[in-house]
Amino acid sequence: MSGTFVGMPAFPKAAHEAVRDTTLRANLKHATHTIRDKRARAVAELDDWAQLREAGKQIKDHTLRHLEHYLVQLEESVTAAGGVVHWARDAAEANRIVTELVRETGESEVVKVKSMATQEIGLNEHLEAEDIRAYETDLAELIVQLGKDRPSHILVPAIHRNRGEIRDIFRREMGSWGRPAPEGLTESPAELAEAARLHLREKFLRAKVGISGANFMVAENGTLVVVESEGNGRMCLTLPETLISVVGIEKIVPTWQDLEVFLQTLPRSSTAERMNPYTSTWTGTTDADGPQAFHLVLIDNGRTDALADEVGRQALRCIRCSACLNVCPVYERAGGHAYGSVYPGPIGAILSPQLRGTASEIDASLPYASSLCGACYEVCPVAIDIPEVLVHLRERVVEGGEATQRGTRVTLQPAKGHAVERAAMRAARWAFTHPAALGAGQRLAARTRRLHPRSLPGPGRAWSATRDLPRFPAESFRDWWQRTNGGKDTAK
Amino acid sequence: MRVALFLTCVNDTLYPDTGRAVVKLLTRLGVEVDFPAAQTCCGQAHYNTGYRREAEPLATHYAETFGPGLAAGAYDAIVTPSGSCAAMVRELYPRMGERARAEGRGTALAAALAPVVPRTYELTEFLVDVLKVTDVGAYYPHTVTYHPTCHGLRSLGLGDRPARLLAQVRGLELVELPGAEECCGFGGTFAVKNADVSSAMGADKVRNAASTGAEVLCAADNSCLMHIGGTMSRLKVGIRPVHIAEILASTEQEPQA
Ligand code: SF4
Repeated sequence: MSGTFVGMPAFPKAAHEAVRDTTLRANLKHATHTIRDKRARAVAELDDWAQLREAGKQIKDHTLRHLEHYLVQLEESVTAAGGVVHWARDAAEANRIVTELVRETGESEVVKVKSMATQEIGLNEHLEAEDIRAYETDLAELIVQLGKDRPSHILVPAIHRNRGEIRDIFRREMGSWGRPAPEGLTESPAELAEAARLHLREKFLRAKVGISGANFMVAENGTLVVVESEGNGRMCLTLPETLISVVGIEKIVPTWQDLEVFLQTLPRSSTAERMNPYTSTWTGTTDADGPQAFHLVLIDNGRTDALADEVGRQALRCIRCSACLNVCPVYERAGGHAYGSVYPGPIGAILSPQLRGTASEIDASLPYASSLCGACYEVCPVAIDIPEVLVHLRERVVEGGEATQRGTRVTLQPAKGHAVERAAMRAARWAFTHPAALGAGQRLAARTRRLHPRSLPGPGRAWSATRDLPRFPAESFRDWWQRTNGGKDTAK
Repeated sequence: MRVALFLTCVNDTLYPDTGRAVVKLLTRLGVEVDFPAAQTCCGQAHYNTGYRREAEPLATHYAETFGPGLAAGAYDAIVTPSGSCAAMVRELYPRMGERARAEGRGTALAAALAPVVPRTYELTEFLVDVLKVTDVGAYYPHTVTYHPTCHGLRSLGLGDRPARLLAQVRGLELVELPGAEECCGFGGTFAVKNADVSSAMGADKVRNAASTGAEVLCAADNSCLMHIGGTMSRLKVGIRPVHIAEILASTEQEPQA
């Protein structure tokens, strides 16, 4: 994935700052609670939601199981429609391909449709280093780009910003990227939207190259699909002469008809709409209409490694609706940046350590960035059991074991820093398989209960900093049971 | 009806009152309760922290402790006053057996677990589904708000069973908890590994509970109550945590505080 996040501190440290940022917490709480309530209402309207969810899961699982077949089919149909397909093993390869494609057009500017795939590979930064300027045209992405910020949500990348902050960014930055913000811009949503519209219009009309991702790719006819709310994507897909779409290989669906399921579940899960305002589809090229050159860059970047993992592979079903972020109590407090990846929240916590491996500090901490409450699984429209994958990845972190990296089976060593915990777990396992030892430990603890501190040393300190420990009882239940013969011998 | 009480390590060690309440309640309802002394811990903390291999012997130990009694007809079910431990047994034990098999370690674990898994019940589930009672004859003259813990809510699907039980308790006034379905932030080792986020979640839960004006926050899991109660005691909000078993065990003759 992108180099942008290299050197990110582990999740708990990054979250420590976020939890103390009261503006951030208020922004996040307001935004996520609003959207989660709306989603629940939009989903409740459909009486076949459970079947749609199951169908989405089945279609994705089937496609992933036969991914090779569908990729070949997709390449054939895209080529037949006049497009060119490029294959990229990793981020570096994808960036190189896109850069060359832009160079061939002789242009040094591109307009962009909001896309997770290009963020994942750090395309904008790469293009900038190659003297090509990429303009984001999605409103929230524009705010992030102008604010020299990082996105913090899949769908609403500027969710961590409030209106006042956005106005300040527009006033300060728009001028150096193109058309400046109007004089006396206020924080009224209509004025902010109008300022963005004018700023972007200039770019759409000038651009010769557009870069997009895609929500779906249909194998049978080579059609790509983008669903969006603002219409900026459609401008980028139709106005430029050259269109380059960068898409993860897991975005395939076999047939046009399969879209029926996802075009119902995706908008309701993401923006709580019955249907998204703009659904754009494009298939190769057509004479004298739309882009005259179309390139599809298919990226792997860790996906086939994830596919090799029996438990983890379900993460590839994800349709990036962001419903799991909006219900996640941890995301709500920690914010998107703490996850150190373009994929934040519950899905990020299972996707990033699979795509990038668990070697770095941040990636090893992500599987633990959850209380396993299960709210994410409950809302996921393709039924990804996120808690199951989290626990599976925790195991990889603390115990090591078999995994696939860059196509090769490897045996991972346990991550550093878990030796004390592992010893404690083993000791506890021993005590719990020796009931007499457990009873003796309880009696010792009961006898010394007056000496117990109200706060803990060592790793336990984090607990007792904000919470009082329970008082130790004078007698365990098992001792009471024995002493009183199951409560029969004495009233007490 | 005879049952084996699986009290769980947390309740046995830290909350013996809950265990006594379960015994009192079930006995009052005509159920004979046994406490197999070899029982210890379901292994949830191990499993959820990533130590599945360490959790396996505990699962086996659970099967060995409760399996023979079930097979011999010494009891009809295993009952536990912990939603998360019941979820561990019912949802995750089968998964552990399946993983062991997929890893080429045979079907021994799955076979050992098979008889105990479907006959393990969380307390409120046992009362409503097996005993088919909602009025347990309890008396508890307090204002109570109910927190549905995540495992009870989502893994076990307890639904409104606890609320139906509480609704029949004489003297009890049940008030709705805002944001009830949100996690309290305990999450086992999560509370230590991500203490800041966990505390923030706990504080919000406690503020919501305090806003109801209830005297008591009740739940069907002492692990969550330990976290919530520890936060309440620190924030000094004037509301206290009580396990639902203690409310249901309370009667006019022997009222619980
Ligand atoms: S994991 Fe599920 S809920 Fe989360 S973004 Fe992906 S599809 Fe949506």
